[in-house]
Amino acid sequence: MPDRLRGRNAAFGLALPLLLLAAWWYATTIGGIRVYQLASPAEVLRELGSLATTGELWKNLVASIVRVALGFAVSLVLAIGIGTSVGLSRAVERIVDPTLQALRAIPSLAWVPLLLLWLGIGETAKIVLIAIGAFFPIYVNLVAGIRGVDRKLVEVAEMFGIRGFALARRVVIPAALPSLLVGSRIGLTQAWLFLVAAELLGATRGLGFLLTEGQQISRTDEILTAILLLAICGKLSESAMRAVERRMLYWTDGMAS
Amino acid sequence: MTPAVSIDRLTVRFGDRDVFEEFSLEVAQGETLAILGPSGCGKSTLLRAVGRLVTPQSGRVVTSDEIGIVFQEPRLLPWLSVEKNVAFAARGDVERARVKDAIDLVGLTHAAHLLPKALSGGMAQRASLARSLIRSPQLLLLDEPLSALDALTRLDLQVAIARIIREAAGTSILVTHDVDEALFLADRIIVLDGAPASVITTLDVPLAARRVRSADLTRERNALYAALGVDTPPVAPDIQRTRLFRVQ
Repeated sequence: MPDRLRGRNAAFGLALPLLLLAAWWYATTIGGIRVYQLASPAEVLRELGSLATTGELWKNLVASIVRVALGFAVSLVLAIGIGTSVGLSRAVERIVDPTLQALRAIPSLAWVPLLLLWLGIGETAKIVLIAIGAFFPIYVNLVAGIRGVDRKLVEVAEMFGIRGFALARRVVIPAALPSLLVGSRIGLTQAWLFLVAAELLGATRGLGFLLTEGQQISRTDEILTAILLLAICGKLSESAMRAVERRMLYWTDGMAS
Repeated sequence: MTPAVSIDRLTVRFGDRDVFEEFSLEVAQGETLAILGPSGCGKSTLLRAVGRLVTPQSGRVVTSDEIGIVFQEPRLLPWLSVEKNVAFAARGDVERARVKDAIDLVGLTHAAHLLPKALSGGMAQRASLARSLIRSPQLLLLDEPLSALDALTRLDLQVAIARIIREAAGTSILVTHDVDEALFLADRIIVLDGAPASVITTLDVPLAARRVRSADLTRERNALYAALGVDTPPVAPDIQRTRLFRVQ
């Protein structure tokens, strides 16, 4: 994409946030909305500054990022392993897939009491919950991707006697890579959603903790700061995943390339 | 000498459709056989049975272990460069060392680093041909390799295939629906028809006729078109092919 077009796209993408910011500023100053209902942009900025200077910001941010990264990594490894087996073998699919689809239908928060009982309020329970959330998009997309692999390419490999694990590594997984990456991008977004659910219960650090604390001491500036940080983290990780996709899918011949 | 391919009472059924029943055929060592026939007559199925991509209901196909197959579509792996696609089938250093030669032979020396998305149809099919040669197959199976290409590219690639058959392949079987292509490339041409399919015409192409385009093949053309049940079209001006063939 030429730089000029890229710049114009960025300008389009920023228009709506700026409009919302203006409306927010208007409502909290001239509009007369009180600070215990909604803090103004300036107050949120001030809160962000004070969190940064006391070191609270980094402590909470790092705690959340580490949880998301670990949970996402666990789900990625499991989804690639299980998804590949299910995608390649109808037998494995018949055994595993119905159970996974049922588990997938369970709302995330339903896991919370069980995870608390089993794993306590420590890090493990949080990471497991995040991994559950991120697993299914990756798994579902990967299986669909493997099923959609061009039969003719598989036939070429079989013609050369390439079967089993070598077939998966050399043909099936690379061919399903676009689906795997789309699933991973959605999975990473899910990981951030589940992070908040995980940190709403018994966390002493993290962005979800900031949310709970802000609610308990009626500080809308702290709540909004946490929300803002979550939005930024989610957007940045989404952009990072898109960059990874562009890098790894140099060979595709679609509209975007 | 034992034949390169021996098809013995082959029966292939798709659902309740008998494609072949007790069909037998032999291909001699070093021979190039072309199979003509109307669409759906089973010519591709026969080739795929020889290439072990179709499992017959009964009967046997005895052939060499090392078979190269070129399909109608190039079937390149889109994430690999031409060079890596050609090397895809290589086992060990000996076969890997052949990659460059195979790419040179099909005339893709300067495109070796390109991804399939950057190739024209003809170039992609050349890469596919090179890939099929990496294991030094004793038998080369060509399943309508040129039918997806435009007329001029097809003539170019016919010359390339003629060279490959001469230099790199032992025995070849070509499935095509182009009578002139069969006459240009094959030692022997069979026409398949019917359900289950049988050989309705066999034609030996004189060696001289294949080497010199000016040779009069009117009689052979007429016989093949008659077997296919099609009026013989006028001879296409084959300037391109003649020119390229003289250059070699």
